[in-house]
Amino acid sequence: MAEEVKVFRSWGSPFSYRVELALRLKGVAYEYIEEDLSNKSTLLLEYNPVHKKVPVLLHHGKPIAESLVILEYIEETWQENPILPKDPRERAVARFWSRFLDDKCSLALWMSCWTEGETQQNFMEQAKECLHLLEEELKGKKFFGGDSIGMVDIAASFIAHWLGVLEEVAGISLLDEEKYPNLCKWTEEFLKSDAVMECLPKRANLLAFFQARKHAISATKASV
Amino acid sequence: MGEVDTKGVVLLDFWVSPFGQRCRIALAEKGVEYEYREEENLLGDKSPLLLESNPVHKKVPVLIHDGKAVCESLIIVQYIDESWPHRAPLLPADPYARAHARFWADFIDKKIYECGTRLWKLKGEGHSAAKEEFTGILKLLEGELGDKKYFAGDAFGFVDVALVPFVCWFYSFETYAGFSIEELAPKLVAWGKRCMERESVAKTLSDPHKVFEFVGVLKKRFGVE
Repeated sequence: MAEEVKVFRSWGSPFSYRVELALRLKGVAYEYIEEDLSNKSTLLLEYNPVHKKVPVLLHHGKPIAESLVILEYIEETWQENPILPKDPRERAVARFWSRFLDDKCSLALWMSCWTEGETQQNFMEQAKECLHLLEEELKGKKFFGGDSIGMVDIAASFIAHWLGVLEEVAGISLLDEEKYPNLCKWTEEFLKSDAVMECLPKRANLLAFFQARKHAISATKASV
Repeated sequence: MGEVDTKGVVLLDFWVSPFGQRCRIALAEKGVEYEYREEENLLGDKSPLLLESNPVHKKVPVLIHDGKAVCESLIIVQYIDESWPHRAPLLPADPYARAHARFWADFIDKKIYECGTRLWKLKGEGHSAAKEEFTGILKLLEGELGDKKYFAGDAFGFVDVALVPFVCWFYSFETYAGFSIEELAPKLVAWGKRCMERESVAKTLSDPHKVFEFVGVLKKRFGVE
C-alpha cells in the first residue's frame, strides 16, 4: 500500500520548503497541497488549529505542524540519508543551530530587508552577527551536517536562496563574499544538490513577489 | 557550543530559572549525579565558565558533560533522554507521539514565559492583550491535557517537564493578571499538584512566594512600577 504523505505548503515559504527538501532527500514520494496564505483552507485550519500555518505534514491522515518538529519526524520515520547524526551530543549541536536559525537568524535577516533607518541598521548589525556565527560553525566543513546535507543545512536554506532575493529588493548587502567565504561556498555546494533544486521556487517568481510586496508597502506609506 | 575543562556532569543554572528547572527535573528522573553550579550574578557580570560554554546566547541553563557543553533547555532535556535512555524515558517510542510531544513543548517554550512577562511588565492595553493571550494559552493547554494523568498519558514525560516549572510561577501570573488559573484551567492545576507528588518536581520547583519576590526584583530592574 502506498504511503500517504501530503504536505500543506505555500510555494514561496522557506519553511514549507524545508519539509519538501527533507522528503526528497530521503526519496519519499508525496503530494503537496498549495495554500493561499491570505485565504487558508478549512483543512489547514483543522490540521493546525494552534498556529494556523504552513507547513503541515500529513502522514496516514495524521497531521504534524512546525517545520523543525516535522524534520525530526521525517528523520525518525524514513531512515535513508540521515539528516541528524547518531551521537547525542552532535544531535544536540545540530538542534541548537537549527533553533538559532529559526529564533535569531531568520528574524534579523528578514527584518533587515523590510525596515528603514536606525531600525534597519540595528537589524543589520544583528544579522551580521548571526552570519558570522554561522560562518565560524562551517569552518572546515562542506555542509553544516559534514559531508552531506543535514538538518541545519535544511534549516538554513533561507540563506542559500531567499536572502539574495530580499537583499536585491531592499537594496542592501548582507551576505558579503569577502566577509563570509565559507557561507558563500556552502551556498554553491547546497545549490548543486538535485533534491535542493527540484522544489526550489524560481528566483524570478520570488523576486516579483517580494517586489510587489515592497511596492504595496510604499504605496500604503505614501497615502498616509 | 563550547568545550571547557570540567569532568562529569555539571549544570550551570540560576535558582529560579524555569528553564534550568526543566533540566534538574530530567536529571533527577534519570537518577543522574551532577554538580549544580549557581550563576550567582546572572543579572550582572556573567561567569567565565558561562561565557565560554555558551558564547552564542550567554544564558543558563548549560549542561556540561565531560567538558562538552549543551545549551537550550529543551535541547538539554532531549540530550539527557538520549544519553541515559534506560531509565524513565521522557519521549515515547512512536514517532508520531514524539512529534506531538515536541510540538507542545515548543508551544510552551515560545508562549508561556514571554506572555507571562508581559503580564508584569506592561500596563493598559498591552496588559489587557497579554491577559487575553495568556488565557488563550491556558485554555489550549487545558484542552490538550484533558482527562489524562500527564500530557502523554500515564507516563510523566517531555511536555510535563517543559511545563511544570511554570507551576510555581502561577501565583505571580495570577496576581499580575488579575485572574484565577484554577478557575480558567482546573485540570491543569490538578495536573500541577500531581506532578508535585513526584520527588524530582517537589525538590526542584521554587516556592511561589519566592518567585513573586523575584518578579518584584525584575520589575525594579526594568523600571516598571
